[in-house]
Amino acid sequence: MKNTSPAPRKSLVQTLELDTRLLGMLGAFILLSLGFDLLTDGRFLTPRNVFNLTIQTVSVAIMATGMVFVIVTRNIDLSVGSLLATASAVMAMTQTQILPDLLGIPLGSPWIAPLAIVAGLAAGTLIGAFQGYLIGYLTIPAFIVTLGGLLVWRNTAWYMTNGQTIGPLDATFQMFGGTNGTLGAFWSWVLAALAVVGVLVALWSARRNKMAHGFDVKPLWAELAMAGILSGAILGFVATLNAYQIPTRRLARLFEARGEVMPEGYSEAYGLPISVIVLILVAIAMTLIAQRTRFGRYVFAMGGNPDAAELSGINTRMLTVKVFALMGALAALSAVVASARLTNHSNDIGVLDELRVIAAAVIGGTALSGGIGTIRGAILGALIMQSLQSGMAMVGVDAPLQNIVVGAVLVLAVWVDILYRKRTGERL
Amino acid sequence: MSALVEMRNISLAFGGVKAVDDVSVDLNAGEVVGLLGHNGAGKSTLIKVLSGAYQADSGEIYINGEKAEITNPRDARAYNIETIYQTLALADNLDTASNLFLGRELTTATGLLDEGAMEAEARKIMARLNPNFEKFAAPVSALSGGQRQSVAIARAVYFNARILIMDEPTAALGPQETQMVAELITQLKSEGIGIFLISHDIHDVMTLCDRASVMKNGKLVGSVNVADVTDDDLLGMIILGKKPASSAA
Repeated sequence: MKNTSPAPRKSLVQTLELDTRLLGMLGAFILLSLGFDLLTDGRFLTPRNVFNLTIQTVSVAIMATGMVFVIVTRNIDLSVGSLLATASAVMAMTQTQILPDLLGIPLGSPWIAPLAIVAGLAAGTLIGAFQGYLIGYLTIPAFIVTLGGLLVWRNTAWYMTNGQTIGPLDATFQMFGGTNGTLGAFWSWVLAALAVVGVLVALWSARRNKMAHGFDVKPLWAELAMAGILSGAILGFVATLNAYQIPTRRLARLFEARGEVMPEGYSEAYGLPISVIVLILVAIAMTLIAQRTRFGRYVFAMGGNPDAAELSGINTRMLTVKVFALMGALAALSAVVASARLTNHSNDIGVLDELRVIAAAVIGGTALSGGIGTIRGAILGALIMQSLQSGMAMVGVDAPLQNIVVGAVLVLAVWVDILYRKRTGERL
Repeated sequence: MSALVEMRNISLAFGGVKAVDDVSVDLNAGEVVGLLGHNGAGKSTLIKVLSGAYQADSGEIYINGEKAEITNPRDARAYNIETIYQTLALADNLDTASNLFLGRELTTATGLLDEGAMEAEARKIMARLNPNFEKFAAPVSALSGGQRQSVAIARAVYFNARILIMDEPTAALGPQETQMVAELITQLKSEGIGIFLISHDIHDVMTLCDRASVMKNGKLVGSVNVADVTDDDLLGMIILGKKPASSAA
């Protein structure tokens, strides 16, 4: 590209091509963490708490990525918490009763976990698709369909299980919960190294692609700085998780279970939880879908201007079905993580999750008017919500006050977002 | 030789209101036909039947003499019918290239969107239509009326339209941009494209169109050769629904 006029001087943020909204959220998150760390005499930012915070965030964060698509298409899904419960009930019943009793697969068989998960994902996807059909084809407002769904699926779960807590769940299944399934230090480092290589390759190929078409690219130092920041964040995160040692008594029990005696002074780190890896994979996949596939492009086009999308030949009804089916599948995936973390299915699993998920997406910059939202923002939103909640619990704030603060923060965050959009001249 | 487009006895009612009542119009290759009439005369509704946005209750459409089934916008595109809507039909939150290729994205071998190729193509076509256009990274909500119009036109032109429908293409534009659209219409016409031009502006129709079809209250008043009539004749048709004595075509 030939530039006829001299390029205006760019600020550091512009040169690095950073997303200022994301930067603001990161800043708020860091301030929040430092504040809680100060108030708790350094207990908030310990490897142990970072580990716990991470595994507590996973379930809501997974659903928040799907909620971005739902809200971007100008819809809402109030049923995700209940849908999670139904998917969880399906998986619990499948692994404790249907498979062992009806199909004769013994408890503890390696087939139990995968079959149960497939059943749960299928149930979630089907329920989501059905709600999407009611919204897209029968044109019942999403608010009403999913408000009905909130009651229907919560009580379908209750009906299926007679309201009983079902557990303990299969040992392999429990590995998706957090503490019961981690990679250990060595494999966590291997994965971190792979992730760093992945980031470098992605940045390099994006730059090469731009240059191949003759578009402007940012200066090399900015590219390197970006690569450095991202690699540092990955390695720092894994180092923190690897610094959290499995408690000695728990380790001793693990050795006992294998009929061995734990050597004196033996220690082992938790490392990356499998649930967090699931979240990272979901985040990558959803970002790819949002930015690099036709489906994702149509989701945003429909949110920006439903008529334009329709006139461009996009089947917006089918698109609605797909968006809600995807939301259902993600709610079921969250059900795997949530029930595995609790080691059982309980009647109140996922209660109020719909509000946490919507709040996470909205705090993460998803506009309820549609067309605008990012996956990474929603995940950061989930992390901020969870940090706020568990930080306040650590400080010793009373439970009702915690909820009051979380509610107020949600409203405040949206107001700040409106101000931000007015200043940057973005359409609301 | 048969006409490029023939719409025969098209009727469409919304509730009890007959928006289009037994209207027949036709269009030849390399010809510009103006569609005139008051707001609510049924021009846009008629044309949306051709572009697949609405389906007629009765009547038939022939493309190159063959009966065409157009039930949605995708069908219309398959017949190389492109529409530039009055409301611009752009997704405001997406950038120029995304809007240009909306519904017909270029993909890589892996099936993922080829953003680079789409932006490169967008730059090429925009350089032809609107050389001053630079805002490729911004969402189209950040563009001016004229720039948005050129994106909408680029969309129709890029995909080799044979039949182009322009619904009030100059309604939101300044004089210079209107001139640009006029030149473009002349150019497309010389390339053998048939154009339906919906307009309020009699002056536009008199200068750009070969023929004009006038509608009133959902009915066709008549079709005339523009060269045979005066501004006042056309006005009479629009306001009084009366065909001039010297009518032809």
